Amino acid sequence: MIENLKVSLADREVLKGINLEIKPGEVHVLFGPNGSGKTSLLMTLMGFSNYRVTEGTINFKGRDITGMSIYERARLGIGMSFQRPPTIKGLKTRQMVALCSPGKEIQLEEMANRLNFKDFLDRDLNAGFSGGEIKRSELLQLMAQNPDLILLDEPESGVDLESISLIGEVINELLERKPGKSHATSSLERRSKRTKAGLLITHTGYILNYVDADVGHVLYGGLLSCHGNPRETLKCIQEMGYQECMRCMIRN
Amino acid sequence: MKGAREGKLQRARDAANKTAIFGEDLDLDQFIHEAPSHSDVENLSVLSQYDKKELLSAGVDPDVKGRSGSFMQIDHSVVHHDIFQDGLEIMSIGEALEKYDWLEDYYWHAVAVDTDKYTARAELHRDQGYFIRALPGVKTVFPLQACLFTAKNGLAQEVHNIVIAEEGSELHIISGCASSYEVRSGLHIGVSEYYIKKGAKLSFTMIHNWAEEFAVRPRSASIVEEDGVFLSNFVCMKPVKTLQMYPTTYLLGTNAVARYNTIVIAVPGSFMDLGSRVYLRAPGTRAEMISRSITTGGDVINRGHIVGEVADSKGHLECHGLILSKKGLIYAVPELEGRVSGVDLSHEAAVGKIAQEEIEYMMSRGMSESDATAAIVRGFLNVDIMGLPDELQQEIDRTVNMQGMF
Repeated sequence: MIENLKVSLADREVLKGINLEIKPGEVHVLFGPNGSGKTSLLMTLMGFSNYRVTEGTINFKGRDITGMSIYERARLGIGMSFQRPPTIKGLKTRQMVALCSPGKEIQLEEMANRLNFKDFLDRDLNAGFSGGEIKRSELLQLMAQNPDLILLDEPESGVDLESISLIGEVINELLERKPGKSHATSSLERRSKRTKAGLLITHTGYILNYVDADVGHVLYGGLLSCHGNPRETLKCIQEMGYQECMRCMIRN
Repeated sequence: MKGAREGKLQRARDAANKTAIFGEDLDLDQFIHEAPSHSDVENLSVLSQYDKKELLSAGVDPDVKGRSGSFMQIDHSVVHHDIFQDGLEIMSIGEALEKYDWLEDYYWHAVAVDTDKYTARAELHRDQGYFIRALPGVKTVFPLQACLFTAKNGLAQEVHNIVIAEEGSELHIISGCASSYEVRSGLHIGVSEYYIKKGAKLSFTMIHNWAEEFAVRPRSASIVEEDGVFLSNFVCMKPVKTLQMYPTTYLLGTNAVARYNTIVIAVPGSFMDLGSRVYLRAPGTRAEMISRSITTGGDVINRGHIVGEVADSKGHLECHGLILSKKGLIYAVPELEGRVSGVDLSHEAAVGKIAQEEIEYMMSRGMSESDATAAIVRGFLNVDIMGLPDELQQEIDRTVNMQGMF
C-alpha cells in the first residue's frame, strides 16, 4: 500500500505522488517510457538510500516501513530482482545464495539446476554475467530468499527467447502461480489462498505471455495513470504510444 | 670459490651504509645481533602452544599435516629440517654451500649484493636461511613449509634463501615468517633468490605474522627460464611497524610466466611499502600482478612495474585498495614501461571505500549493514590464485578467514 509517495533522487523529484495498493496474491505490472520513474519506485520500495522519500508513506503487512532500513524490509518479506546489480568480486554466487537464506536448509544445487545455472555457482557474483545470466542469478537468490512481495525490474530484458519461458516459469513458482493439477485443492481454491504479491516492470510485455498479471499501470513523468487490464494497457501503448497515456492523464 | 666470496664481501662492505631507494631508512645499530643458539627441534609439535599459534597464523603447520617437508630457523639457528619426498632437498643454506660448490654461482646472482645496506648486512653476517631444491622432473604433491622465526626481542635476523626448481619440476612452498609471542620488536632481512629452470613451476607463498614493532626488509628476485612459471603470493594481515619490499622477476625464456598476488591489511601503526616488478625479456612472456590491500588505519604503498623489452610480451597489473576507516592511506603507483612496439601492457587501479550500492544490494537480501560489509571484504580478499593446488588455496583462504577482525 503506497500513499501519495513523493521521492527525490539527487534533489530531483522522480516520483510525484504515487498511490498504489497491491493486495496479497496480486501481481501488478508497470509500464512506462525510459526515465519515467519505474525503477525509482521499485528502489524506493526496497529502501535504497539514494531515493529520498519527501512525502507520503509505504505500508507493508500493516506496518509503516517508510523509514525502515533495506535489510529490515527484506526480512519482513520484500525481495527484488535487479536489472543491473553490482559485481561483488571474490564472493561466489554459491555463497551469496546461502547468505540469502540464513539458517534455512535450501536445495541449492537443485534450485540452480532448475535455472540452468549450476555452472555459475562458483563464479564471482555478477562478474561478467550476460543480461540473461544476471536474471537467472537474481531469481536464484530470490528463490533462496522466498519473499512475499517480489519486485521484478525488467525480468526479460537481455534474455534470449528460449530462456524467457524458463524465467517466466520460475517467476510463476515464486508467485505461487504455477499452473498444474492437484488432487487436494481445486485451481480456484489455490488461487484464493495464494498470498505472494508481485510488482514487475516490463518494456516489451513479453513476460506477460508467461506470467499472468492482474493489474497494469502506466508510470509517466513520475505519476501513475491508466490502471487496468495489463494486456489492454500494453496494446494501447503499442498502438498509440505513451503520448496517449499523457492525454488520458490530462483528461482524467 | 674463496675469491668469489671475497669479491661479494668487498661489495657488501662498500654498500654497508647505502640507503635503500624506498622505505624508511633504518638505523641498523639499534638492533642487536647476538642471539643464543637454539638446540635442534626433533619435531615441530613440541614447540609451546603460543608459538605454535604464531606459526599457524603464518601458514606453517607444526603437525606437518599435508606437507612434503619442513624447515625451521629460530633467530640464527636452524633447528629443524625434514623431507618426506624423494627428489627434494631442504637444508640450511650454510650446509648447502658446503655441499655444493656450484651454489656460490647462484648466491647473489638474482639479487645484487650491493643493492642497499640490508643486502650488504645479509652478506656480512650470513645468518643462515634455507636452501630448497626440486630435482629435474620431480613434482611435489604437498607444499614444503619453511619458517623463519625470531624469539629474541630486538634482534636483527638476516637470512639468505635460495630455491631452485630444476628442469620440468614442480615445487610449492609456504614460507611463514613469524615472531614469538614474547617478542615486540626486531628486524628481519630476508634475501631470497628463486631459480625456475626450463619448464619448471614454482609457487611461493609468503605469509607474514610479525609483532607490532617489527621492521621487515625482504629482498627477493627470481629468474625464470623457457616455459617456466613463477607464482608468488604474499599475505600479511598482522601488524608490522615498517615493511618494505620490491621483489623482481626476470622472465628470460620464451613463454615464461610470472604472477604476483598480494593480500595485505594495514592496521593502525602499520606502514607497508610493497611492490613487484617484472622484466619481460623473451617473446611470449607474460606477467600478471594482482594486489588487494585494505587499511583499517595504517598506510600502504602499492607499487607495480612491468617492463616489456621484447615484442609479443604481455603484462597486466591490477591494484585494488579499500579504505575502511577515517584514517589510513593507500597509495597506488602502477608503472608500465613498453620499450618496443608489440608489447601489450595494461593496468587497472581503484582505491576507495566499499560502494554503497554493493552494501545495499547485499542488504536487500536480508543482511545487516555490518554483515554485508564483512561479506564484501571477505570477497575482496579472496583472490583465486591460478595454478595453485587446492591444498594451498585452502590454506590461504584459511589464513585470510582466521584473522578474526571481520
